[in-house]
Amino acid sequence: MTDPVSTEDAITKVTMPKWGLSMKSGKITAWFVAEGDEVAEGDDLADIDTDKITGALESAGAGLVRRIIAETNEDVPVGGTIALIAPADVPEELIDEAARAAREELDSGAVDEVAGPVLGTVQVDGRTLSYATLGAAEETVLLVHGYGGDKNSWLFVQEPLSARATVHAIDLPGHGDSTKDVGDGSLDTLAGALLGFLEQQGIERVHLVGHSLGGAVVTAAAAREPGRIASLTLVAPAGYGDTINADYLRGFASASSRRELKPHLLHLFADSGQVTRQLADDLMKFKRLDGVQQALDRLLGTLLDGDRPGIDAAALLQKFAGPVTVVWGRADQVLPAANATALGGRAQVTYVDHAGHMVHMEQPSAVVDAVTGALDG
Amino acid sequence: MARTISYREAVNEALRQEMERDPSVIVMGEDNAGGAGSPGEDDAWGGVLGVTKGLYEQFPGRVLDTPISESAFVGAAVGAATRGLRPVAELMFIDFMGVCFDQIFNQAAKFRYMFGGKAVTPVVVRTMYGAGLNAAAQHSQCLYPVFTHIPGLKVVLPSSPYEAKGLLIQAIRDNDPVIFCEHKALYDMTGEVPEDSYTIPFGEANVVRDGDDVTIVALGRMVSVAEEAAAELARQGVQAEIIDPRTTSPLDSDTILESVENTGRLVVVDEATPRCSMATDISALVAQEAFGALRAPIEMVTAPHTPVPFAQTLEQLYIPDAQKVANAVKKTMDWKK
Repeated sequence: MTDPVSTEDAITKVTMPKWGLSMKSGKITAWFVAEGDEVAEGDDLADIDTDKITGALESAGAGLVRRIIAETNEDVPVGGTIALIAPADVPEELIDEAARAAREELDSGAVDEVAGPVLGTVQVDGRTLSYATLGAAEETVLLVHGYGGDKNSWLFVQEPLSARATVHAIDLPGHGDSTKDVGDGSLDTLAGALLGFLEQQGIERVHLVGHSLGGAVVTAAAAREPGRIASLTLVAPAGYGDTINADYLRGFASASSRRELKPHLLHLFADSGQVTRQLADDLMKFKRLDGVQQALDRLLGTLLDGDRPGIDAAALLQKFAGPVTVVWGRADQVLPAANATALGGRAQVTYVDHAGHMVHMEQPSAVVDAVTGALDG
Repeated sequence: MARTISYREAVNEALRQEMERDPSVIVMGEDNAGGAGSPGEDDAWGGVLGVTKGLYEQFPGRVLDTPISESAFVGAAVGAATRGLRPVAELMFIDFMGVCFDQIFNQAAKFRYMFGGKAVTPVVVRTMYGAGLNAAAQHSQCLYPVFTHIPGLKVVLPSSPYEAKGLLIQAIRDNDPVIFCEHKALYDMTGEVPEDSYTIPFGEANVVRDGDDVTIVALGRMVSVAEEAAAELARQGVQAEIIDPRTTSPLDSDTILESVENTGRLVVVDEATPRCSMATDISALVAQEAFGALRAPIEMVTAPHTPVPFAQTLEQLYIPDAQKVANAVKKTMDWKK
């Protein structure tokens, strides 16, 4: 005989995730599993379309898919139950009951609001820095976006990591909701902003994760205060190797309309389908904020020396003795994966198939795995 | 960051941020400062629909009440603009343009041209237009085509809160006279708007929705009507592309033509009366420049050529709605030689 309380607990509700601050609902465009399928943790369950981007939802646990609640193409509010996973020994009646309740909740629209990332700001060197925090575990992870990006670019990474750590995603100066003035735009200024954030938050030990320009920034921060940094995870980082797509960077910086911008964005992804109108729109809205053009122009001077990389992060890395993990998309057209050889034997490098420069958006599990590995030590 | 605010708040925020940024920006118009200081009123009314509310308190001496004399205060704004200020004058309703038109079309619009490019006139005339508030024939018109007809004026029709803020900031920073047309029925529309200042360039249409079957060009309030129609059409398997020109002068003809080259069908949705309107203008543009791409005659969905009726039922019938737009689209889809 089974204890009814523990069997109910054994039913795992798969819910519509909250990918990004503005996401209110999502649409399942394809189910990869059917009722009766056995799933393991990390298996892809479904493709979900938000108004911003399409991503794959991974299973948070193992078990049997007992019920699919939400149909393909159904709009489901964030937090709504879309499937039930449970061991085979949970009786059908209990599953039926849970499925009925979940369906009623979706039909009535009375889905409880899911607490998304908590937004905050700190003042560093006269600038306001904006950040979003998810999770409350003991260890701390700080996610640092790349050139022209913002904290929302970690939308597929921050949520899964939040089970393991307190995960902050920050907007660098010149980006997102942070002050647009970047000062001299140097790597040192950007690294100073990161270290100032850590200081203000009282974070004494942190796992840094940086993408592209953010990869160089976290390296510079680790070089300045190695004692504070538990590990580095570099995702297609700038400042390593001697190849950089200068045309892309200049094109992105100078594009003054969506029409001009879109062709450049195709260089960011392995799958050109990821370059949606919404993505181009959001980037144009960012570029049109007062002060952004000056910030992007200034940072371009940091990233480029003529057509060559303007940053040497590899030299800075020598000052940091802690663990370094690198994730690189094989189809990266901005900073080619071959640049990883510059890291020599210093880091463990994972090359990711079907991923371009935005590997944390196209194959987020590769980045989640790398950071989880760093947390595991 | 972006938060959800109303069209009215977006206009107000644009004015506030530009007044904070640039001391030469002033606001003037009927009742913009009205009520302030009188018993029981701490703040100004902020104009007839409260758009400039709160500015009087924050910017003493820079929000001016004017007599009910459009010719005088629009003329004063134009003159002040030539002398270094950046006035934003509120012409309460576009229907009142008749009494101040000389100041706009013969003075403001001509200075740059007649003084060999040496004179600039950075004046903005904010004005409210459109039917739907049961305000009768003298307070409900869509007279923006009249301004569009005049070289030397820039004419702006924001269709959403995001557009309202970015286009108004652009209008204030622009060195030419700008007629900024706010639809009365949009003031309570809400949408995501960044807190920071930003600009939207003039002459760049926004593709509101992608589609391969038909191009719908919609203006001002008609953009959301077209979206409603497109959502219904999509359920029937017809994918409409919606283009919001955002400014009628300058007009982004490239985006319209490229879309029609792809879809082969055009429906123009315009709340203005149909003769000498944006609907006829855009139709003529496409007939002339993309005739070979057309697979069906161009359709126009407009108000009828009558004054705006006061009777509510007739007013509702007068304004183009989603059903009329969908019907026009179907006509282009079903057309056979």
